[in-house]
Amino acid sequence: METVISTDKLTKRFGDFIAAHELSFEVGKGEIFGFLGANGAGKTTAMRMLCGLLMPSSGKASVAGFDVYTETEKIKRNIGYMSQKFSLYEDLTVAENIRFYAGIYGLSFSDIKRKTDELLSKLGMQGEAKKLVSALPLGWKQKLAFSVSLVHEPRIVFLDEPTGGVDPVTRRQFWDLIYYAANSGVTVFVTTHYMDEAEYCDRVSIMVDGVIAALDSPGNLKKQMNAPDMEDVFYQLARKAKRSE
Amino acid sequence: MITLNNITKTYGKEKTMAVDDISFSVNKGEIFGLIGPDGAGKSSIFRMLTTLLVPDSGTAVVNGFDVVKDYKQIRNSIGYMPGRFSLYQDLTIEENLNFFATVFNTTVEENYHLIKDIYIQIEPFKNRRAGKLSGGMKQKLALCCALIHKPEVLFLDEPTTGVDVVSRKEFWDMLKNLKKMGLTIMVSTPYMDEAALCDRIALIQLGKILSINTPEKLVAGYGETLYTVTGGNMYQLLNLLRSYAPTESCFAFGDSLHLTLKKGTSKQIATAFLEQQGFNKVIIQETTPGIEDCFIKLLKSN
Amino acid sequence: MNQLFSFIKKEFKHVFRDKKTLLMLFGLPTVQILLFGFALTNEIKNTRVTVLNYAQDNTSSELISKIDNSKYFDVVSYVRSESELEAEFRKGNAKIAVVFPKGLDSDLKHAKNAQIQLIADASDPNSATTITYYLSNIINEYNGLKLMKTPAPMQISAETKMLYNPELKGAPNFVPGVIALVLMLVCTMMSSVSIVKEKELGTMEILLVSPFKPIFIIIAKLMPYLIISIFNLIIILVLSVTLLDLEIKGSIILLMLASTLFIITSLAIGLLISTTAKTQQSAMMISLTGMLLPTLLLTGFMFPIENMPIPLKLLSNIVPSRWFFIIIKNVMLKGLGIGSIWKQLLILFGMCIFLLRLSIKKFKIRLQ
Repeated sequence: METVISTDKLTKRFGDFIAAHELSFEVGKGEIFGFLGANGAGKTTAMRMLCGLLMPSSGKASVAGFDVYTETEKIKRNIGYMSQKFSLYEDLTVAENIRFYAGIYGLSFSDIKRKTDELLSKLGMQGEAKKLVSALPLGWKQKLAFSVSLVHEPRIVFLDEPTGGVDPVTRRQFWDLIYYAANSGVTVFVTTHYMDEAEYCDRVSIMVDGVIAALDSPGNLKKQMNAPDMEDVFYQLARKAKRSE
Repeated sequence: MITLNNITKTYGKEKTMAVDDISFSVNKGEIFGLIGPDGAGKSSIFRMLTTLLVPDSGTAVVNGFDVVKDYKQIRNSIGYMPGRFSLYQDLTIEENLNFFATVFNTTVEENYHLIKDIYIQIEPFKNRRAGKLSGGMKQKLALCCALIHKPEVLFLDEPTTGVDVVSRKEFWDMLKNLKKMGLTIMVSTPYMDEAALCDRIALIQLGKILSINTPEKLVAGYGETLYTVTGGNMYQLLNLLRSYAPTESCFAFGDSLHLTLKKGTSKQIATAFLEQQGFNKVIIQETTPGIEDCFIKLLKSN
Repeated sequence: MNQLFSFIKKEFKHVFRDKKTLLMLFGLPTVQILLFGFALTNEIKNTRVTVLNYAQDNTSSELISKIDNSKYFDVVSYVRSESELEAEFRKGNAKIAVVFPKGLDSDLKHAKNAQIQLIADASDPNSATTITYYLSNIINEYNGLKLMKTPAPMQISAETKMLYNPELKGAPNFVPGVIALVLMLVCTMMSSVSIVKEKELGTMEILLVSPFKPIFIIIAKLMPYLIISIFNLIIILVLSVTLLDLEIKGSIILLMLASTLFIITSLAIGLLISTTAKTQQSAMMISLTGMLLPTLLLTGFMFPIENMPIPLKLLSNIVPSRWFFIIIKNVMLKGLGIGSIWKQLLILFGMCIFLLRLSIKKFKIRLQ
C-alpha cells in the first residue's frame, strides 16, 4: 500500500512540557485511521503538526509526500479538514459555502460549478442549495461540511470529532460518507469520542500522555488486551494516564 | 419529584418548535435520563424545569413547586449544571467552589460530605485556574459546584459531552453514589450507551418523546429478532445487505453489522444469499438489542 | 451580606486577573490626560513670531510687547518687506507673522476700524489654526481694553468663549471632557461586557438558579466599576493638578458627589446594554457607537453645542454627559457652587433614576 502519512519520532515541546513524544507511525492510501486519546493526551497537537499548522520540535514527518517543516503550503493543498466546530458559514447559503471553499482552493470557475452541482446531488440537497446553512439540521450541516472538505479532492482528510452530538442514524449516514471517500482512495484521519466508531476504522492509534500507547487494527487490539470492545481497550489504556491538560 | 404536563416551548417569531407537548414524571431518588441528539429539546426542558425559561403552555412541578409561580422556592432546592461547564475560567478550583457556596448561602465545610469523594480527586490542583483544567476535571468541579448547597434535585445537562471514556465512567460512578445519598437526578446525554446506567429513560427527538421506560423494558420491547453480521469487508457487506430485498434495516455497529430481516426470511436464507455473493466466512447470529438499536428503530418508525 | 461581599470580591479578581482590562482601566485616564494635556499645550508655547511693521506707532508697539509678553509667543525677528518675511518662513524661523499696516493709529481713530494681517505657516494646519486663534485673541483682548478707554466703539470682538479661560490654556477645556469620557467608557462598556461575559460562559444560568437575589447580582456586578471609576476620577484630578497646573476652584466634595451620580447613571446604561447584547463583542459595539460617540460629539467637549443645528441640539439634551460636562466645568473651572448647577444636577438625577429603574426592570430573571 502507498504511504501517505509517515512520522518518525515526531515530537512537540511547549517549554518543559512534552505535548507529543516521539510519535512514529504510517498511514496508507485509502485507510481509515482512528486517532484516539484521553482529554489532553496530545491528539490535537499531533494533528496540528500534520496539518502544517504547528512546527514540530524534533523528529520527521511527511504528509502526502511533503515535509512538515519545509513544505507546509503544499501539504495544505493536499489535505482537507473538518472539525466539530463547523467550518461552514452559517450566514451563507449551502451553495455559497461550497463555492467559497472551492474558490479558496483555486478551482476554476467551470470546476466550481461542476463540483457544486455534483456535491449537491450526491448529498441530495439540490432543494436546499439556496437555504442558509443556519437553517439546516445539525446532521446535514455535518455531512455538508465533510463534503466541502473534500471539494478540492485532497489526498487526506482530517476529521476532528466529526459526529459529536448527532443522532445514531445520522451518525451512521455520516460514516457511509467516510467509507465512500475511503473507497475512492482518500485517506481518512479521524478523532472521535464514540468508541463504537473506533471499531469502524481500519487501524486505531490510542495516545496516552503524549505517546502512542497502542496502534493496531481494532480486532488485534481487542485480542491483545483481552477486551470485549474498543471501549474497554481504551479504558484499560487511558486509565493509566497521569497528566491532564 | 418532577412532573411535566403537556409542556410546549417555541422560540422566536417563527415559533420554532423546541419542545412539543411533553409529559412525564420523575420519581424521588431515581436517575432519570433524557437521551437524544443535539437539538432534540433536552436543554430547553432543563431550562424550563430550572425556572430559567417559561413554557408556552402546560405546567411543570419540581419538588412540589410550580416552575412559573414558585420559581424562588425551586431555585433554593435544586442543583443545576448547564450544558457547558459553567465555571469562572480565571478563578481557581477553590475560588470557584467557595464562590458558589456563598452564592447559595452556605459554606464548603457545611456540605463537604456530599462532595468529598469527588473533590479529593481534584483537590491536589485546587490552586489551578479553571481555564487550565482538562475536560474531566472541569466536569468534576462543575459537579461539586452544583452539589455544594445540598440540593434535593440535581439537573445535569449533558455532563459527559466532550469528555473521554475514562472520565465518563468515573462520572457515572459518582452519580450512582449520589443516588445512594437520596438525591433525585435528571441527566441528559447524547451517548446511548449511558442510557443503560439510568433507572428510567426518555428517548427524545425533535422535541417529542419517542418512548419512556426502564432501559430493560425498552430493550425487551424491541419486538424483532436482531442479528449481528460479521466476517468480511464491512463496507461491502453493508452495501450488499442494504440492497438485499428481504432486509428490513442494516446498520454498522462497532465491529459488526446489526441486521433485521422482513418476516419470512430466516438467517439461514440470508447467509445463503451472502455466500452466493462470495462472502464465505460470514456469520449471522442472534443478539440482544441495545438502547441505540431501539432508538434507531423508533426514529425510523416516526 | 456575606454573599454580596464575596461576589464583589470575585468581581475584583476578574478585573485584576485580566491584565488587558486592567491596563485599559487604569492606563486609559492617564494616557488621555497626558495625550490631551501635553500634546495640546506644549505645541503653542513659545511660538516664534516675526513682525512686519509698516505702522511704527503706539498701537503697533503696544501690541508687539503684548504678544511678546505672552508665554505662548516669542517675537524673534523684525522684517522690513514681504520678501524678507517669506524668507523667514522658508528658513523655518517663524511660525506666524504679524503685519501692521501703515497708519494704524489714525485708521483706528478716524475710521474706527483697522486691519492687522496674520500670516501663519499652514504646513501643519492644526497648529496653524490654533496659534492664529490664540494670537487673534490677544489682539481682541487688547481691543477690549481700548474699548473701555475710548468713548466710541472702535472694533467689536465676537469672541466670548474664552471668558473662563482667559489665559487660553488648553487643559481646562478638555479635562471635564476626559472625565466624562473615561467614566462613560469604564462604567458603561466594562460593566456591560462583564455581565454579558457571564451569559456567554453560562454562569449566569447558575447564578439565576441560585437563591441569590437578582438585584444583588446587579449590585455585585456593578460595584467594582463604581469603585474603580471613583479611583479613576481621583487619578485624573491629581494628574490635572500636578502635571497640568490646573486649579480645582470649586468644592471637591460637590465634584465627587456629582461624579458619583454620573457614574451610577453610566452604570445603569451599561446594565441596560447588557440586557440586550448577547455577546461581549456586541456589548462593546453598542457601548462604543451608542455611548462613546454621543459623549464625544454631543457634550460640547469637542464641538460647541450652541453652533449645532437644532435637531442635534435637541438630541444633545438626552445625553447625560452633556449635563455632567456643564457641572464639572462650573464647579471645577469656575468655582461655582450648587446654586449654579442645581438644574443640571436635577436633570442628571432624573435620568439616573429613570435608567436605573428601566434597566433593573429589563434585567431578566430568566433566559430569553
